[in-house]
Amino acid sequence: MSSKSSCSFLNSVVKKQIMGVSGLLLCGFVLTHLLGNMTLFIGSDAFNKYSYALTSNPLIYFAEAGLLAIFLVHILMAIKLVIENNAARPVQYYTRKHSGRGSTFASSTMPISGVLTLIFLVIHILGLKFGTHYETEVHGVVMRDIYKTTIEYFQDPLHVLFYIIAVTSLGVHVSHGFWSAFQSLGWNHPKYMPKIKLAATAFGILVSVGFSALAVFCYFQGAK
Amino acid sequence: MGGNSTDTMSLKLKIWRQKNSKDKGGMVDYTLDGVSPDMSFLEMLDVLNTKLITEKGDSIAFDHDCREGICGMCSLMINGQAHGPQANTTTCQLHMRKFKNGDEIVIEPWRAKSFPVVKDLMVDRSAFDKIMAAGGYVNVNTGNAPDGNAILIGQGDAELAMDAAACIGCGACVASCKNASAMLFVSAKVSQLALLPQGQVEAESRALAMVDKMDELGFGNCTNEAECEAQCPKGIKLDNIARMNRGVVKGLFAARK
Ligand code: HEM
Ligand code: SF4
Ligand code: FES
Repeated sequence: MSSKSSCSFLNSVVKKQIMGVSGLLLCGFVLTHLLGNMTLFIGSDAFNKYSYALTSNPLIYFAEAGLLAIFLVHILMAIKLVIENNAARPVQYYTRKHSGRGSTFASSTMPISGVLTLIFLVIHILGLKFGTHYETEVHGVVMRDIYKTTIEYFQDPLHVLFYIIAVTSLGVHVSHGFWSAFQSLGWNHPKYMPKIKLAATAFGILVSVGFSALAVFCYFQGAK
Repeated sequence: MGGNSTDTMSLKLKIWRQKNSKDKGGMVDYTLDGVSPDMSFLEMLDVLNTKLITEKGDSIAFDHDCREGICGMCSLMINGQAHGPQANTTTCQLHMRKFKNGDEIVIEPWRAKSFPVVKDLMVDRSAFDKIMAAGGYVNVNTGNAPDGNAILIGQGDAELAMDAAACIGCGACVASCKNASAMLFVSAKVSQLALLPQGQVEAESRALAMVDKMDELGFGNCTNEAECEAQCPKGIKLDNIARMNRGVVKGLFAARK
């Protein structure tokens, strides 16, 4: 099966590098998204203005198309890799034991945490971006009151719970993915690799805790 | 420690039996008494085989040759780990003192599409030879043996090349990888040449050719889990894979063909 793709431009190393580049770009998006959403903590006007600044810019369509493309590349390549990897071991072991020095929970659950992230993404976009449309006026400009939509959305404790589970899973995904991408791209150095691994863990925690904090904040903001 | 232990062990063994490559195969239970802690793992299997032969049974086929950790012939997945529980140790160098009286030991062959089972615990690892044949050598004419120290090689590079050259081609990396990827083996073979002057000329095209062959033979893709590094009996480092990954990128841009 893999012999068909023996066009050397799409060899296993290149495939992993496509995963790595798309994954790192997604990490960049996740970080910007998190930082931007921090305006929620400031208040409704700050958040609405931030959202308005993004959505009123005509370039947003290019940015969204680009982001969608990156996601598609990442997901399609992930599916291809998982299928190939499963095919490489048709007969499973009777017992399997990890040495404790190699694979981690995060590294062995990449496809699961990835799929969870994907399911979450769809629900997340439907519930917020395509959620109830309110309007408000900030400094004389009429704009979407995405703040209200967001706060309302997180009044359902189930939404908060699902959100926390999903961003934790994304945090787990990037805690392996971030350093793994460096290794795939060959950016490896005995001196820096431990630091990159540490950065990956820190990034994973930041993503999980940061987004969870936002959801919890919204929940209590509405209860007031 | 030290001296010969007089206490022998009884073991419950669960071993994969398969008549030939077509047979479906299955796990078979054996009990073995009188195992000395000083025996090597393969000696323990020798004792079992002697017993099976005297009982007119079919002995268990397993690969081995040097029995001193240098040839790479021995294999075996022992209790779910390639070459067993002891780090940096081949199956032939593993001793029974690592186990306790009454232990159950599960013994299986390497499992990978590219390593088909020949019989029982023996697999066909000629896929590795095919990868080597695809570029694991120096092709350019390097002339006669140069004068000693005519080509200076830094201590660091020499050490790294020697570390990579320690790979014995046993296939434990493939066996322990959840994707049955051969990246650690291939990267060791690419690195041992790419780090030295004679090998550098073809470094990129070699990396490309060997990776292509590896893919063609049906090994999986690396997910940077590092289980290979942890279970490799020769301590081959993941850094070799990163080095090869760099080489492949350069190879794609610099390929002469
Ligand atoms: C914002 C979301 C996401 C981010 C930031 C992200 C990030 C990453 C990164 C950095 C890697 C490492 C690449 C490498 O090892 O070279 C990776 C690998 C992976 N991702 Fe994602 N990812 C995201 C979404 C997804 C989704 C939606 C899926 C699947 C439906 C997915 C499936 C995978 C899989 C299976 C791998 C492992 C591939 C391999 O190691 O061969 N990811 N991801
Ligand atoms: S890299 Fe290690 S595990 Fe893999 S073949 Fe070489 S010696 Fe064996
Ligand atoms: S028999 Fe030679 S390395 Fe084990």
